Amino acid sequence: MVSQARKSELLFSGADWDFRKLSRVYDEIEAIGVEELRLDIYPVQMEVISSEQMLDAYSSVGMPLMYRHWSFGKHFLYNELLYRKGARGLAYELVINSNPCIVYLMEENTMALQALVTAHAALGHNHFFKNNHLFRQWTDAGGILSYLDFAKGYIARCEERHGLAAVEAVLDSAHALMEQGVFRYHRPPKLSSEQQREGLRERLEYEERSYNDLWRTLPPSQDTDKSETRDDGAAARKKSLKLPEENLLYFLEKNSLVLEPWQREIIRIVRVIAQYFYPQRQTQVMNEGCATFVHYTLMNTLFDRGRISEGAMLEILRNHSNVVFQPAYDDPRYSGINPYALGLDMMQDIKRISTEPTAEDRDWFPDIAGRGDWRDTLLDAWANHRDESFIRQYLSPALIRKWRLFVLADGADEPHYEVASIHNERGYSKIRSALAQSYDVGASRPDIQVVDVDLLGDRHLRLQHKVKDGILLEGESRDATLRHIRSLWGYDVSLAAMDAETGAMLSERSTKEL
Amino acid sequence: MPIFIDRRLNPKDKSLGNRQRFLRRAREELKRSIRDRVRTGRIADLDREHAVPMPRKGTGEPTFSDAKDSGERQHILPGNRSFSPGDLIPKPGGGGGNPSAPGTTESEDDFRFVLSREEVLDLFFEDLELPDLVKLNLKQILSFKPRRAGFTASGAPTNINVGRTMRNSHGRRIALRRPKQEAVDAVARQLAELESNPSNAAMRESIAALREELDRLERRRKRIAYVDPVDIRFNRFDPQPVPNASAVMFCLMDVSGSMGEREKDLAKRFFVLLHLFLTRRYERTEIVFIRHTHEAKEVDEHTFFYHTQSGGTVVSTALEEMHRIIEQRYPAAEWNIYAAQASDGDNFATDSERCIALLDRKLMRLCQYFAYVEIIDERESHIFGSTENGTSLWRAYNAVDGKWPNFQMRRIAAPADIYPVFRELFARQPALRKSA
Repeated sequence: MVSQARKSELLFSGADWDFRKLSRVYDEIEAIGVEELRLDIYPVQMEVISSEQMLDAYSSVGMPLMYRHWSFGKHFLYNELLYRKGARGLAYELVINSNPCIVYLMEENTMALQALVTAHAALGHNHFFKNNHLFRQWTDAGGILSYLDFAKGYIARCEERHGLAAVEAVLDSAHALMEQGVFRYHRPPKLSSEQQREGLRERLEYEERSYNDLWRTLPPSQDTDKSETRDDGAAARKKSLKLPEENLLYFLEKNSLVLEPWQREIIRIVRVIAQYFYPQRQTQVMNEGCATFVHYTLMNTLFDRGRISEGAMLEILRNHSNVVFQPAYDDPRYSGINPYALGLDMMQDIKRISTEPTAEDRDWFPDIAGRGDWRDTLLDAWANHRDESFIRQYLSPALIRKWRLFVLADGADEPHYEVASIHNERGYSKIRSALAQSYDVGASRPDIQVVDVDLLGDRHLRLQHKVKDGILLEGESRDATLRHIRSLWGYDVSLAAMDAETGAMLSERSTKEL
Repeated sequence: MPIFIDRRLNPKDKSLGNRQRFLRRAREELKRSIRDRVRTGRIADLDREHAVPMPRKGTGEPTFSDAKDSGERQHILPGNRSFSPGDLIPKPGGGGGNPSAPGTTESEDDFRFVLSREEVLDLFFEDLELPDLVKLNLKQILSFKPRRAGFTASGAPTNINVGRTMRNSHGRRIALRRPKQEAVDAVARQLAELESNPSNAAMRESIAALREELDRLERRRKRIAYVDPVDIRFNRFDPQPVPNASAVMFCLMDVSGSMGEREKDLAKRFFVLLHLFLTRRYERTEIVFIRHTHEAKEVDEHTFFYHTQSGGTVVSTALEEMHRIIEQRYPAAEWNIYAAQASDGDNFATDSERCIALLDRKLMRLCQYFAYVEIIDERESHIFGSTENGTSLWRAYNAVDGKWPNFQMRRIAAPADIYPVFRELFARQPALRKSA
């Protein structure tokens, strides 16, 4: 009797999974997550997929629905090659920031892995998506899937109507500007629902149908002529176009003189998708750290309560330690800082500081050290930070010592790297600030803005690149990208490199020279 | 309780559309790599998957990115062991290197991927949309194989089906009440018993009755045969036509000095195409390479395409060699014989008659097809376009062309000309079969 009772306590045994077990494990994990960590999550939709479908998802930026484009085909070939050669395993899961939160599980996973993945994605990532302010404010989890569905259908219809080549040309150009297609500083307009988009499109179609060239021949009204005097030229037209504008795709979509309505719509689609992914790029460490912290905590709780067997726990721990492995800089396996490892370590460090702080921690983190309530601190951090601010706020000297972090100054003209800071009293804050800086997506991407265009004159589009720390743009790709901008804009484009500190003009490149 | 959806059975190849778009975009470059592959590879190698390098042109995805060799950066690295602030570390490779970010973006475009067979063919034949011609019936019925087809009442004694025959016989014996051996034996035994001890008249009477009975039984047994000719059944065999499953393809080529690189390349494409058609149709396809100058020789593929030989041009030697090989190794009853000859049309003046005679009397009877392509200069193509006169070999073969429907000749100046040869070659076939 006793042994039977113990057996029934286990949520599962053996490696095989089935839907009943998955459901049982999910319910248990969710209950613990909500009660222990006070997680707040979207409802979950779990989808079981095969490895090929996972590759499919990889190549279309992880989304279940995506329009067709050759570059996705290329990425598929690349991912497939790596996978087939065994150079890279596939992810165990994929999670989509949507409501309901979609979690993909690989069919090859063992039951223990499925449990791990459920805790990681369905609880950890899910909580982060729902609560982090970037996602709350900048993405629309409820609308994204129907929007993608609309985008896929719209682009397919455009291909039918205007030909593959024409659609491809617009997509190519828009993809080249994806990095410059996001609002970094002000909030993007809310994703309109599918019906609204549909209505807009109908209106455009109506306008196309009812277009009458006669209207063009009407003399312009006197009022506008007067106000548009040449004197206040540049300043006034900049104001009317709301320049400078950091979102190049937005600017082109709204102001390009050569684009057809459907081309604008395609640019908008690319822009919306870029914007949707922008928060994810800013919260890699936090997102993965949160998910890893959650799965680690939940799995240990399950094990402590005797709900999973030692064998399963061992398998889970093995996978866990693979995921959070961080080789040193001189290790051949080193390929940058592992966001899982950094995120998890920082969050566990917060827990430690809250519960058993040292004198140093009290010095550095007077507001959280020894407060004891680490859950509140973590929930607060997850909700209100992005990578950059999180590191700036919470990277502790103890962790810097543990990781033995150091900063290497790299001047392009110098023959040497110089070790700028190491993990000592003088280095802590410098390392912390440098690491935080390196996670600031806004600062680490080239800052390119539209500064001027004379729509009534030569329509020459002027872009400005604010050069920080003397880091210029790579020539070949810059020229190719400029060509793409030109094809969307329809007239010449020039890009001026201006030093961000001194304001000195460094160079100028125009499509006339290409 | 979450919602579960099992997507494993969803339609596969979700990214097929993307792949097609990608291949279309990289078409020119892929075409070139396939062509190079065919030029250097073997004829039989085309018809399978190929790994090709990632095309470079047209598949770039440019974005604004930082130049690695400018400005000042800071790298934050874990795992410091011995450094102190102010230490100088020489850059690898004399500067410009970047330890923290090994260039993953560069290598992403530098890989090989596999094209399927269909994609390879599509690229190779330059949009010549391989039509359904391949499905046309190329096989010729040349041999028969007996196949069981039920039973028959007549046939050769070797084909008697014993089981059937005995079953019939048994049924007939029961129906006609043929006395069994036991019944006869019983009567005989009774008779013998009585005869050994004939004591009275009554017994004698019954002896006589028994004798009569025995006699009647014997007679009946004789009348109703144990196995009657009507019982006999034979296994019936139908001669089933068997399509010949093996083909041999003769590649004949003039390798004298006048055949340059371009000519050989065109010839090779022609051979590749023929081989492709044959492999689709036959289980086994062999290729025989015969090259000739003023003398002909069977050689291996590499020698065939890459070795030059000096000498005059006597085409008939190649035909003779082919005939000899057929006699020796490929009996026409077992092999479908296809021949493809490529030449620039030069021939020794007096040899043409001999070629006609060889083809007319011997080879055309043996061959399923004989295709002759004459490779001409692109500048000549519009002159010769459709005229009857031409090189000596062309004029000579014209005579054969008229006489034999399975003979094809064609001038080729560019790769695109090759395909129509086959279109004619194989399009004509159904008509031929109907009339036969």
